[in-house]
Amino acid sequence: MNSIQQTFANSHQAGRGVLVVYVTAGDPSLEETVEIMTTVAEAGADIVELGIPYSDPLADGPTIQAASQRALEAGTTIQGVFDCATQIRQRISIPLVIMTCYNPILQFGPEAFAVEASNIGVDGVVASDLPPSEADEWCAVAAEHNIAAIFLVAPTTPQQRVARAVECTTGFVYAVARPGVTGARDQLPEDLKGSVARIRQVTDLPIAVGFGISTPQQVAAVCEIADGAIVGSAVINIIAEASDHEARLPQVSQFVSGLAAATRW
Amino acid sequence: MTTATEQRSGRFGRYGGQYVPETLMGALDELVEAYEEAWADPEFHEELEYYWRHYAGRPTPLYLAERLSDLCETQVYLKREDLNHTGAHKLNNTLGQVLLARRMGKPRLVAETGAGQHGVATATVGALFGMETVVYMGVEDIRRQRLNCFRMELLGARIEPVESGKGTLKDATNEAIRDWMTNVENTHYLMGSVCGPHPYPTMVRDFQTVIGKEVREQCREQIGRLPDMLVACVGGGSNSMGLFYPFIEDDVKLVGVEGAGHGLHTGEHSAPLAVGSFGILHGSASQIMQDEDGQIINAHSVAAGLDYPGVGPEHAYLQESGRATYVSVTDEQALDAFEQLSQLEGIIPALEAAHALAWVIEQAGNFGEDEVMVINLSGRGDKDAAEVKSLL
Ligand SMILES: Cc1ncc(COP(=O)(O)O)c(C=O)c1O
Repeated sequence: MNSIQQTFANSHQAGRGVLVVYVTAGDPSLEETVEIMTTVAEAGADIVELGIPYSDPLADGPTIQAASQRALEAGTTIQGVFDCATQIRQRISIPLVIMTCYNPILQFGPEAFAVEASNIGVDGVVASDLPPSEADEWCAVAAEHNIAAIFLVAPTTPQQRVARAVECTTGFVYAVARPGVTGARDQLPEDLKGSVARIRQVTDLPIAVGFGISTPQQVAAVCEIADGAIVGSAVINIIAEASDHEARLPQVSQFVSGLAAATRW
Repeated sequence: MTTATEQRSGRFGRYGGQYVPETLMGALDELVEAYEEAWADPEFHEELEYYWRHYAGRPTPLYLAERLSDLCETQVYLKREDLNHTGAHKLNNTLGQVLLARRMGKPRLVAETGAGQHGVATATVGALFGMETVVYMGVEDIRRQRLNCFRMELLGARIEPVESGKGTLKDATNEAIRDWMTNVENTHYLMGSVCGPHPYPTMVRDFQTVIGKEVREQCREQIGRLPDMLVACVGGGSNSMGLFYPFIEDDVKLVGVEGAGHGLHTGEHSAPLAVGSFGILHGSASQIMQDEDGQIINAHSVAAGLDYPGVGPEHAYLQESGRATYVSVTDEQALDAFEQLSQLEGIIPALEAAHALAWVIEQAGNFGEDEVMVINLSGRGDKDAAEVKSLL
């Protein structure tokens, strides 16, 4: 069992779901990302997801697109994100996952990327536009270097592909809550329970739900039907809207504590 | 049609594939199946040929441009896609895809557009079959292709302006794909070129091969043999693939012309085959314009339809295998060719097509006098008149 699966098992035993928090690296700066991630962990997140900003993120809505653009304009590079991850790793011990599109991995070199991530102590990687059917090379190098490969399953994924996705997955299954892009939403989709059940039928791996999860109420509802909830855009909105550096960390802390409190069954 | 360049489904050598968020994989599976089934069905071909002939006005002429031939010291034939309904080759593909969308029971169409020609061609088939049509278009392209925006609205389509990036075709494509992801149950994404995830590069090529098949037939009738060389501009690469593909196994030179913008050395161009590298853009692996981290670099071309940092995967493969040659011409050369064709032949070409003309004009004297070349005149230039006026 890897550290990600261990985290899910521990939470389960403690009677609660897992809270995964996503933050785009380099927004507003890589130095602040280190502080933000430390704050997120201290406020009760169980897993942190560090996003490599990308110029053309197909799966992302306006919030994460804007965060990526700000980060790129601030000069964020892949090596910069790895350095940032190194510092985060020195400060927190919970699982650290990198989220990216596949082209940056391809340009860095899949093997080199896995080696670098592994040396830093990154636990897993999600590539949001890499379906399992294109992932043979990535899965092989990730496995070789003990990086959990995390794949997405959508409500629109045919059952045959769900089976393939869970076979390739070695951390948790990332259940996409609804067709569409990332971004905070007022409501959970009605058929979420069915979507999760469809994945549960074919795997014992932990299942966490993301895309549009943004309030403690939604986190609570998700934790009743799945093993964890993933929150991204809502946190990024707080980071972006904070009036200044001083205000930012306490606001992030307060928001994440609220989410973490909602994970209890 | 054989698939000489396709080793396994959706792959052209190391290019192609399906690099999209999982949400779209079901829709791609469905599209692959529907397309293969339709392409094997004579009734589908009958229906498509009916619309090509009676609605679009095909076949388009193959015209010996005598004064241009004199200038270039060779035999230059123009494949007149500018005379296709809506004024470009784009309708060949949108008619094919709309019939497919109907077979799949999808009532809503989304598309991206650069020059607005694909947007107009999509709006046209949307009107023809009474389907809701949404076209994503970058704000910079809306500025330089106003006439086409008005045409799309007149045809009943909704234009969604895209502000992100540089406000051109790449950004419009991102948004069209995001819309498709959100509305995938009832929406068909009508991609306009031989880019994107499988099956688009294969499917759009197949729909555009009507161009090359007609050229074959017309050459046989008019000159009694195959041409020596085919020349076409390359944005995403659909008019060129459609012309080249039926000749792929013949002894015919294939030349694709990319936009060199302000010059390849300036970095402001749209020539990924000339100076790009292997990477992923909009769902397929191809040659793309990117930095060392894989961030996509904005393209530049005076022709909105070429202003794109990627290219269809099959072109990348044809380049790598040596079967086709890719060259580029600058904005300035294209603008000159735009004027020259207007004055020599009484035909105002689209700025995209002017790139193909410009290369042939630049190479004048390097061809045999009896050599026959066919240039794909992919569209007419009315849409560009206002922009060219402001630039000249
Ligand atoms: C007239 C014309 N030619 C060429 C193109 C470039 O596209 P492709 O390379 O797919 O033919 C466009 C695109 O908008 C166009 O409008």
